[in-house]
Amino acid sequence: MESINKLNPIQMDAIKEVSNIGAGHAATVLSQLMKKKVAMTVPQVNLIALSDVCDILGQPEDPMVGIYLRVFGDAPGKILYLFPREKALFLAGFLLEEEERGKGDDNFLGEMEVSALKEIGNILTGAYVYAFSNFTKLNMISSVPALTFDMVSAILNTVLVDLGAGGDYALLIETKLAACEVDITGHFFLVPDAGSLSTILKALGVKGQWPNSSGSECQK
Amino acid sequence: MAEFIRVGMSEIVVSRSPDVLAAIGLGSCVGVCVYDPVQKSGGMAHIMLPKKSRTGEVKKPGKFADTAIPELLEKLKEMGVVFPRVMVKVAGGAQMFSGHNDRMMIGLRNVQAVERLLAERNLKITGKNVGGKYGRSVRFDLATGVVSIKMLNSPEIIL
Repeated sequence: MESINKLNPIQMDAIKEVSNIGAGHAATVLSQLMKKKVAMTVPQVNLIALSDVCDILGQPEDPMVGIYLRVFGDAPGKILYLFPREKALFLAGFLLEEEERGKGDDNFLGEMEVSALKEIGNILTGAYVYAFSNFTKLNMISSVPALTFDMVSAILNTVLVDLGAGGDYALLIETKLAACEVDITGHFFLVPDAGSLSTILKALGVKGQWPNSSGSECQK
Repeated sequence: MAEFIRVGMSEIVVSRSPDVLAAIGLGSCVGVCVYDPVQKSGGMAHIMLPKKSRTGEVKKPGKFADTAIPELLEKLKEMGVVFPRVMVKVAGGAQMFSGHNDRMMIGLRNVQAVERLLAERNLKITGKNVGGKYGRSVRFDLATGVVSIKMLNSPEIIL
């Protein structure tokens, strides 16, 4: 398995670029859905020790809405969206009629909102995976989405737990989404399964290219 | 001074009063707390998976129930913990993504593995809060042996 700490700048850039293309499609779709401009960050690629996972997003006990999908195919992995509750409800509002909103109490989300958010997870993931798959020529299919509203550390814990079978680290490709005219912020994670990273690198044609003296010239 | 010690995924920590051990955000993971009320010492394991894979080498025994429980007990033994008097408390093993076709059922399997391994060693579970849909934060106070569990939508639970 390719290990992230051995990724050279070219490989790192290639991973960022393909994630950027995927996230770009997802952001476009989100933008069309909300009819607002959506900005996104350049993807960050991080290797996190599983024992440190609960601290990667601010206060570990803060509640967040997590939308989780599995990716199957040539490069299996997971996709996770995290939104603070009020942002998630705001997003769900774009798919719902007035009378369908706000059925949940303070601690839960309404049934229609859960359903709308899952659909948004589906739409964004569809766009992401399509672009990713098109670019890499890897066959990728996403599962139906699952949703939870819980402490952010517990969501990350549950999503990443099975990576423990093969290693001590999780590779997280993170893109932050932010709408320009409205206040929507969210985190989007792509987490390749163990072994998928080398498949992706190979598909991108950068497997085993180790940096020479010119490696440092690559733009970050 | 009481120290607040984080027990991250796959970690095993043993210590003494007045320290507090904490596993923040247990989802399908299971926290196993063992306490010697006379010595006022104990340990916690933050277990991720029920058993190690057949091929993989185990660098972190705390990851898998079948390696974490022996390791935790061994560490406690080195501290001089007397086992017939220990209290054992278990928390975690939630099934958070209920809408999902989770063929793995990791939470449930973790709990079952832990219960079986403890029973094999004649250790009785004196307090338990497992399963359900929600994640937990577990704090284990080594001054008192009290395990308190925080969940998003419910009052604090004391074991």
